[in-house]
Amino acid sequence: MSSWETLACILGMALITFVCRSLFLLPREEVGMPRWLREGLRYAPLAALTAVVTPDILMTDGELIDTWKDARVFGAAAGIAWYFWRGSILGTMAVGTGTLMLLRVTLGW
Amino acid sequence: MWRGRCYEVTASPPAGPDRLTPPTLRQQFTALARDPLFREGLRDYAPVCLGIAVWGTVAGVAMTKAGLDTGLAILMSLLVFAGSAQLATVPLIVGGASIWVVWATTLCINLRFVVFSAQWRPYLAGVPLRQRILMSFFSGDTMFVLFMRRFPEPQPGPGQIAYFSGAAVINWLTWQSFSILGIVLGEAVPTRWGFAFAGTMALTALTCALLKDRSTWIAAAVAAAAAVWTYTLPLKLNIMVAITAAVATGVVLHRAAALRGMR
Repeated sequence: MSSWETLACILGMALITFVCRSLFLLPREEVGMPRWLREGLRYAPLAALTAVVTPDILMTDGELIDTWKDARVFGAAAGIAWYFWRGSILGTMAVGTGTLMLLRVTLGW
Repeated sequence: MWRGRCYEVTASPPAGPDRLTPPTLRQQFTALARDPLFREGLRDYAPVCLGIAVWGTVAGVAMTKAGLDTGLAILMSLLVFAGSAQLATVPLIVGGASIWVVWATTLCINLRFVVFSAQWRPYLAGVPLRQRILMSFFSGDTMFVLFMRRFPEPQPGPGQIAYFSGAAVINWLTWQSFSILGIVLGEAVPTRWGFAFAGTMALTALTCALLKDRSTWIAAAVAAAAAVWTYTLPLKLNIMVAITAAVATGVVLHRAAALRGMR
């Protein structure tokens, strides 16, 4: 993207975020939420986050990693384990990143 | 008698012909700052600030490390004001995604706010439109959680707007200052410190928070497999393929489960 296109992109993102936050708050009349929207809402954020995160953890240069000696995999596994144990987002960030750093520094992965 | 004053400040009646001079912006602000509910909002939000500060710094550094221009990153932080959407889309923007893929991803990640907006409605439907627009901009995840905890009954009540304002001010200032700090310091932080990975882990934790039952786990697995499988598509279209496949799978599983439940 060029700088101008990035600028347009950011303005669009701001608008989209605002519309999402205000959608059912601004109309004068009460608006019911249609069923398809309610069901889609259940899965869309999960799907988008998973689609963005997975390649960041499991791929290098567009290829699925072919070695288990990858610090990211262990970092992510430790972070996810921490999340399901303690339920803390900050803890997940600390444990996952800490594990990654430890493996990189000690084993050079 | 803070109740009366509070209403005066937060929802001043429209200026009629017989109304005296409306309070100046400065007077309104001073009155708001003295409002006990405004202070309560500030106080309740304070413990959340540590998390917001860390999250803002990580998001800021990760945005710079992904390769976004400093000025544009600051603009994004100020205007979009949605950490997870920013963290998720910056690598897409830098990685040559189509603008439509970036917007669609933003929309999907922010769809949770649509649900929140419906839940804000019983409290704020009577507030003047201009104020509702302003409040929508500030109503992020933590604002929602705190407000609903403080006012569990879904109905309008005195002091709600003052409380909201208190929490919104401290939330906005904390997030923006640490996010901009992260963006500016991003250049100086070595890549090997793993800040970008801290961003990935933050998104991973948010993902885990959404895994609630069998159909969400399966939908997530479909999204993960599809995103990796179609990675070579141009413009990061793999994200769209993954979202479509996962939402379709989720909805089908959900309906199938509902049908089984009815029998």
